[in-house]
Amino acid sequence: MGHTLFFAVVSVTLELALGTMLALAMNRAFRGRGLMRASVLVPWAMPTVVSGLLWKFMFDGDAGIANAALVKVGVLDQPLVWFIRTGFAWVPVILADVWKTTPFVALLLLAGLQNIDASLYEAARIDGASAWRQFRFVTLPLLRPAILVALIFRTLDAFRVFDLIYVMTGGGPGTSTEPIALYTFNSLLQYLRFGYGSALSVIVFVVTFALALVYIRYLGAGLTETKA
Amino acid sequence: MTGEPGRGRWATVAIVGLIAATAFPFYWAIVSSFTPESRLFSAPRLFPDTLVLDHYRALFTEREFWVPIRNSLVVAGTTTAFCVAVGALCAYALARLRFRGKAPLLALILAVSMFPQISVVSPLYLLLRALRLINTYPGLILPYLTFAMPLTVWLLVGIFRQLPAELEEAAMVDGASRLRTFLEVVIPLALPGLATTAILTFVYSWNEFLFALSFTLGPERQTVPVAIALLRGQYQVPWGQILAGSIIATAPVALLVLAFQRRIVQGLTAGAVKG
Amino acid sequence: MASVRLEGIRKTYPNGHVAARDLDLEIADGEFMVLVGPSGCGKSTALRIVAGLETPTGGRVLIGDRDVTGLPPQERDIAMVFQTYALYPHMTVRENLGFGLRMRGVAKATIVDRVVKVAEALALGQVLDRKPGQLSGGQRQRVALGRAMVREPQAFLFDEPLSNLDAKLRVETRAELARLHRRLAATIVYVTHDQEEAMTLGGRVAVLRDGKVEQVAPPMELYRRPATVFVGGFVGSPAMNFLPGDIMGRTDGSTLGIRPHDVVLVPPGQGDLDAKVDVVEPRGSELLVHLRLDGLGSERELRVVAPPEPMVPADTVTGVRFDRERLHWFDRQGRRVE
Repeated sequence: MGHTLFFAVVSVTLELALGTMLALAMNRAFRGRGLMRASVLVPWAMPTVVSGLLWKFMFDGDAGIANAALVKVGVLDQPLVWFIRTGFAWVPVILADVWKTTPFVALLLLAGLQNIDASLYEAARIDGASAWRQFRFVTLPLLRPAILVALIFRTLDAFRVFDLIYVMTGGGPGTSTEPIALYTFNSLLQYLRFGYGSALSVIVFVVTFALALVYIRYLGAGLTETKA
Repeated sequence: MTGEPGRGRWATVAIVGLIAATAFPFYWAIVSSFTPESRLFSAPRLFPDTLVLDHYRALFTEREFWVPIRNSLVVAGTTTAFCVAVGALCAYALARLRFRGKAPLLALILAVSMFPQISVVSPLYLLLRALRLINTYPGLILPYLTFAMPLTVWLLVGIFRQLPAELEEAAMVDGASRLRTFLEVVIPLALPGLATTAILTFVYSWNEFLFALSFTLGPERQTVPVAIALLRGQYQVPWGQILAGSIIATAPVALLVLAFQRRIVQGLTAGAVKG
Repeated sequence: MASVRLEGIRKTYPNGHVAARDLDLEIADGEFMVLVGPSGCGKSTALRIVAGLETPTGGRVLIGDRDVTGLPPQERDIAMVFQTYALYPHMTVRENLGFGLRMRGVAKATIVDRVVKVAEALALGQVLDRKPGQLSGGQRQRVALGRAMVREPQAFLFDEPLSNLDAKLRVETRAELARLHRRLAATIVYVTHDQEEAMTLGGRVAVLRDGKVEQVAPPMELYRRPATVFVGGFVGSPAMNFLPGDIMGRTDGSTLGIRPHDVVLVPPGQGDLDAKVDVVEPRGSELLVHLRLDGLGSERELRVVAPPEPMVPADTVTGVRFDRERLHWFDRQGRRVE
């Protein structure tokens, strides 16, 4: 459970931060915007296991390019076997998740950004606000609903993480990267402890449901308006 | 657009950097998939000198990779077709017809889409086993409907709501029944939205892993993500084939997504940021 | 063609909003009836109830002699022209026009025949194979009209059809509609918020307020003998002036209504009252003079239409005389008294 929390907190924070930057960058009209959008969508469209394997390969002890690059640059003396060292195994996992889902977060935030009236920025500029101030006082507050949506979506997803870990570390080394979903899965299908596994399933469900309720209460009202 | 002149260059650098960072793993995966086995485990080079098709060939000759491809196509295709057809009818009813309990129903659909899959694996497994559907096509399609239908209905309700109701009213005054209005007026107008929804559903179904892993027993019914994840080599990890398989797995969905990117972005964000 | 009757129509929405309260209206066969009133008065609701797009909470709708209250729009044999025209964007003009007939299973030959006839009557013959997106605003309006005409329904319903047109097109289309009515002897129920449109088009005009009919009468009667303060103030431009009755000697709390056209400017002291000139708007053929009457508690404004010459300077004092034949008296509840 703790692993799940750790993973969720770290990856969601990173994704939000990077996603915001990405969204801000994408908000300006520029050439190659289509290219940007495409390159940002493809990671999202890949099967999670594939992206997991990609990053696993890149961080492989022998064949991985990460090691090669780090050694070359001088950060490491010799290749690191990431997946054997407890704690270090998280790095590629989190990187893989961030790489795959930051685009989605960025898109959500971009939509929110585009809903902000441009004249507000102009008014702020006339009032003498610097770029940072504009960001703090115009962008952030108006972006709050979008940030909230992204936060909730991603947190829910992060809690349910399974594919990525299964394929990258199998929960290892040992059980140091095992999130609750994988733990439940193993209990169910590998150890065939159906009773225990079912109990775990219920716990996961309840936690997720609680989060989902929060989300629905916030967003549901606006979505159930009818126009018939 | 915030547009401050001084920031232009900074932003361009950031953008280029971000595109590079995002695209690099791909580039690397593609390059490596064409790199001969012998070179894979030695010092990697950014720009390779030899390119071979070994891994791709091996996938199909040694591992019969076309089987999981076929399975994925059948499962994802059937799921999508069913969801769009049935989901469109559901969504239209939810969007336009008046009946009690609509708001809680919509909330329920939203809630169901948030269920953690892991929680339903266990009961579903037992159910499928009792129905003797483990390791069959229906045994995957049915569970897939549990997440694909809510998604489809949710997206389509949003799409239908955005159509001007007056067109449907005009059709009804003209004498068209609800069903005919739906078929002759609503569907043609909603076609782009339907296509986007179909693509999104297909992508989610194609990429699905947990159910596919849990409800299949062997290569005859495994889908592509499962097949790739379970690729094992005799002496060492068959990275070459894994990467080749990954490229094949991603190619169709990537192409679809690229072709319809603008629509997809709209679809994804419209549902979320309605605020 | 048939008559249309609304009997005791009530419509309350789930959120509590009352759109119609005890609405009674009778439209004779072949009559051009205009429903007019401010936003929210219930005119569009009434129209949609006739169409079957809304169900009343109470009351009956009759078309001809048929009680259609429970019937869906498909079965009512009426045609409607929407404010936004609601043309099917993915169909050609020809298909748009023929849609209704096709839905009712009319023979193909008949459809072709009628579509061509209507298209020619509305000068749409050249654009039959184009899609609505390729037409001008005026053409689109005519297609909307044509779609209704092709059906040869028992009644035509119009929901503010001219509000999307520019002023010039509006005037032209108004004439078109009047011609249509004459030629087809059609029963027409027409909704608008523009009182001028109502006056020029309607055989009879129903003024609605807050879900009820305030008055139903031919336009000139509405103008000359408004039944309530509301109707008096709504019909006619510039709007009628309302003054407390004691100005003319009535002390029973009644209100005097007098139209700006029925007041004459005279030298101070020679009229019924004196007033101060506030703003003068030269309108070419006439002057619209805004006067201020002091000493009445709250400052009252009086609008007078005066001949273009002599020019009336602002901030001077002038006298006003009311045309005795054109005084409108209303009691405390705003109802007309003689």
